[in-house]
Amino acid sequence: MRSGVTAALVVTALVLTACSSGPDPEQTLRVGAAASLQEPFEEIAENYEAEHRHVGVELQFAGSSDLAAQISNGAEIDVFASADEETMERVSADVAGEPTVFATNTLTIVTEPGNPRGISGLGDLEDDTLDVVTCAPQVPCGRAAEDLARARGVTLTPVSEESRVTDVLAKVTSGEADAGLVYVTDAAGAGQDVATVPIRGADAQPNRYPIAALTSAPSDEAQAFVDAVTDARGQRILDDHGFGLP
Amino acid sequence: MRPPGWLWVPAAGAVLLVVVPLLGLVAEVEPGRLPELLTTQASIDALLLSLRTASAATVVSLLLGTPLALLLARGRWPGQSLLRALVLVPLVLPPVVGGLALLLTFGRRGLLGQHLEAAGLSISFSTTAVVLAQSFVALPFLVLSLEGAVRGLGRRHEEVAATLGAGPWRRLTRVTLPLVAPGLISGCVLAFARALGEFGATLTFAGSAQGRTRTLPLEIYLQRESDPDAAVALALVLVVLATGIVGTVYARTIRPEPTA
Repeated sequence: MRSGVTAALVVTALVLTACSSGPDPEQTLRVGAAASLQEPFEEIAENYEAEHRHVGVELQFAGSSDLAAQISNGAEIDVFASADEETMERVSADVAGEPTVFATNTLTIVTEPGNPRGISGLGDLEDDTLDVVTCAPQVPCGRAAEDLARARGVTLTPVSEESRVTDVLAKVTSGEADAGLVYVTDAAGAGQDVATVPIRGADAQPNRYPIAALTSAPSDEAQAFVDAVTDARGQRILDDHGFGLP
Repeated sequence: MRPPGWLWVPAAGAVLLVVVPLLGLVAEVEPGRLPELLTTQASIDALLLSLRTASAATVVSLLLGTPLALLLARGRWPGQSLLRALVLVPLVLPPVVGGLALLLTFGRRGLLGQHLEAAGLSISFSTTAVVLAQSFVALPFLVLSLEGAVRGLGRRHEEVAATLGAGPWRRLTRVTLPLVAPGLISGCVLAFARALGEFGATLTFAGSAQGRTRTLPLEIYLQRESDPDAAVALALVLVVLATGIVGTVYARTIRPEPTA
């Protein structure tokens, strides 16, 4: 009982200190980033805020296409990081300067832990008795899967084409699907919940992630955030999370 | 008894809140491109699949929901109010939670799904999964409508029939059901409409494959990624369908209440 009270006090104290740390930032920088970037970008934003005390970073993670649509419809986003160049292209009218490619990602096969069906490569996924799930060709991860299958001369007949790479992963981790095609970073994030089977030649066709400050932005702060992603420290964080570097 | 006049102000706000977004959607439609956008194979597949599965879900709701509604309205048994509350839960549940519940029950490793799987029946990624998800969310609408209709009817007609020697089955099929037919029809129409709009549970539980599990709402969700105009055109189809359906039901419910 007493330890419970102590714990409650400690938690309260922590919450209070968390609330009162440092002066309130005078500016808000809104960063819209592809959902797959969540973990590294949270770290990068923390570092950025430590160095730019007057700026608070507000991160918004969603599908790249969703973010692009919001930007086209006038959403106040200052920096945009997309999961592929095609999506960045769609908001080119709102981009200040040139987008910079800051990371790459490649596809991999994920299966149930232990790979019970003994899948050894992309060709094995042609097996009709396997329930294979991919992204739909309308979204970046699905385009990448289609390109890769074509390049390797493999015909995939997925039982489901999802709109989000995280939905593909969920279908595999829940045991509904035998195999799925996701990014290596998603597979790394899923840890022990999946087995990973690398795809030969996948790294020859990586997804390239561009970042850009948008014209609506307070330009110095936005550019500083782009720099925080592309400098050595930002690149190391992305590398730690399984991204390839351009 | 006229309500106070100032009620018009917030009431106008309510109408604007509902109608303006619909107008916003309609304003975005390019009428000239509608035929081209709505006749792609993907759109047609999605529309046909939606009509098929929503009809199936309505039949399921009718077959299972009618007996339940009758028992809830007429019977008196322990746990009745608890059961009514439980059956209505899908009405207020976020769709994705419904999907998760279905997945954990009928999925390959689910409570029942693992046994079905062992028996060679796989529901995941099939049209059956779509119908199951739609029935799950549509059933409460039918039960609610029909139970209300039966309660509103009162017992007099049935009692008269009983004194004339009609047994329970005859009373049900010759007296009660014909009298509540309007309630039954509006229940079916609402269930159909709800099934047509089902999204979250289908996405979570059935997946998204053209012609098999990708219903109209899922097609809209996907098209939004690559072709927002096509998404808007398909959304218009759903809005028109929904408006027609609500119109049908509303035309029925403004009839005077039975005075039994």
